[in-house]
Parts: sequence; C-alpha cells; structure tokens
Amino acid sequence: MKEVKSQASQPGAPRKQGGLNAEIQARIGHQLRAMYDDVVRQGVPDRFAELIRKLDGPEAAVQADQAAKNNGRD
Amino acid sequence: MPLTDSLRDDILASVPSLRAFAISLSGNGDRADDLVQETLLRAIANIDSFQVGSNLPAWLFTILRNLFRSDYRKRRREVEDAEGNYAKTLKTQPSQNAHLEFEEFRTALEKLPQDQREALILVGASGFSYEDAASICGCAVGTIKSRVNRARSKLAALLYVDGAEDFGPDETVRAVIGGSGG
Repeated sequence: MKEVKSQASQPGAPRKQGGLNAEIQARIGHQLRAMYDDVVRQGVPDRFAELIRKLDGPEAAVQADQAAKNNGRD
Repeated sequence: MPLTDSLRDDILASVPSLRAFAISLSGNGDRADDLVQETLLRAIANIDSFQVGSNLPAWLFTILRNLFRSDYRKRRREVEDAEGNYAKTLKTQPSQNAHLEFEEFRTALEKLPQDQREALILVGASGFSYEDAASICGCAVGTIKSRVNRARSKLAALLYVDGAEDFGPDETVRAVIGGSGG
C-alpha cells in the first residue's frame, strides 16, 4: 500500500528534502565541506603571495602571463 | 578599477578558496595550482574590467572556471594521474578509516558530470548563493538548483546504496536516472 504524499513538515513523517533522506544530505554536505576546507586551511602558498605582491598592475601581469605560458610548454 | 593595495589583499584572501575550488574541479593538486596562478595573472591583467563593489570572489571563480573549462577540453583525452595526487595536497593525514571514506567520496564526486560537480561545490562547499553560482557558471538560477539536486541524488546513490535499484522506484531514483539535461 502506497503512502499518500504528505506535507514535508508533518510530524512523524520521514524527513525528506528534495527527495533525499535528510541524514544522507547532511553527510554529503559534511564530507564536501571537509574536503574543501582541508585545502582552504592550508592558507596562501608563498608562490601566490609573492606573485601578487610583485605584480605592479595589468601590464606586469600580461608579461608574467606570457612568460608563464612560454615556460609551460613541454 | 586600478590595482590598489586593498584590492591586492582581497585577491590574496581569495586564494585559499580558489585553490580548494580548483582542486575539487580537477582532482589534481599540481594542475590546480597552475590554474590558480593563471587565474591570478588573468585577474590582475584585466583588473580594469572589475567593477568596484561587485563580488570579487565570484569574479575570480568565474575566471578560474572558464580557464578550467578550456583547459579541460584540451586535455580530456589525457590519462589522469589517478592515485594519490589529491592526497598529496593534504597536510593532515586522515586516519585509515576516514581516509577510505574520503577516497570513496572523492571518487564518487569525480563520477558526476562536470556541470553538476561544479554547481554542487560552488553552493555546497564554497558557500555561494544560487544566484552567484548561476552567474559564475553563466546559466539560470533554476538550472543551478536542478544541477545541485541531481548531484546530491547521484552522490547518495553512489555512496550510500549498493546500486540504485535498492532504492525502489521512488523520487530519488527518478531524479538520478531520469534527470534531463539542462
């Protein structure tokens, strides 16, 4: 027998959100953020801090971009 | 606007999340850092086109995402270095079990179509609003919402159920197998 679709907020009904069990949703969200935040917590690597500090503006960046591209060719 | 010191600081402050986004997209730490470097160079070269008062992180993420997309098209036939590259970028070594779970999650995430993966990361991890995510991806807000929902359903099916058929014919499975492109 099929359960009649009810309002999501009805007490006692299984908690669902967008068709997914709320607990599974929460686990996915948690793992996603854990993975992401692990990298965020590493902060700014020196190479990027130096890069941003030494560039004076658009012209310098264009030159550096060009140099990086040329170096990047294998 | 010109490259002021405060703008420089703001760009620098975005670097950690740009790296996290790049690594989630590419699954490869070295390539991710190259992407971030190119993003920063492009951003500073085009800083005149940045509107004062607009969302700097969203602007930077847009540049990175577009670079990744063009890069991805070039490289899609190359074989990825599958093992360990992501783990190498992590400072803290997870415990054995946590590591296994983490690897499973990462593998499942990589199985998602690119559109869905980036939408899920932008909204679920980077913390952008649906509106900002839509502007970063150049699509409608409704499209982002449906991509995020489909990404979540597919991850749930991959991670927490052995085969989608175990779900029975409910809305989750329909969302996973019946999602139409958009």
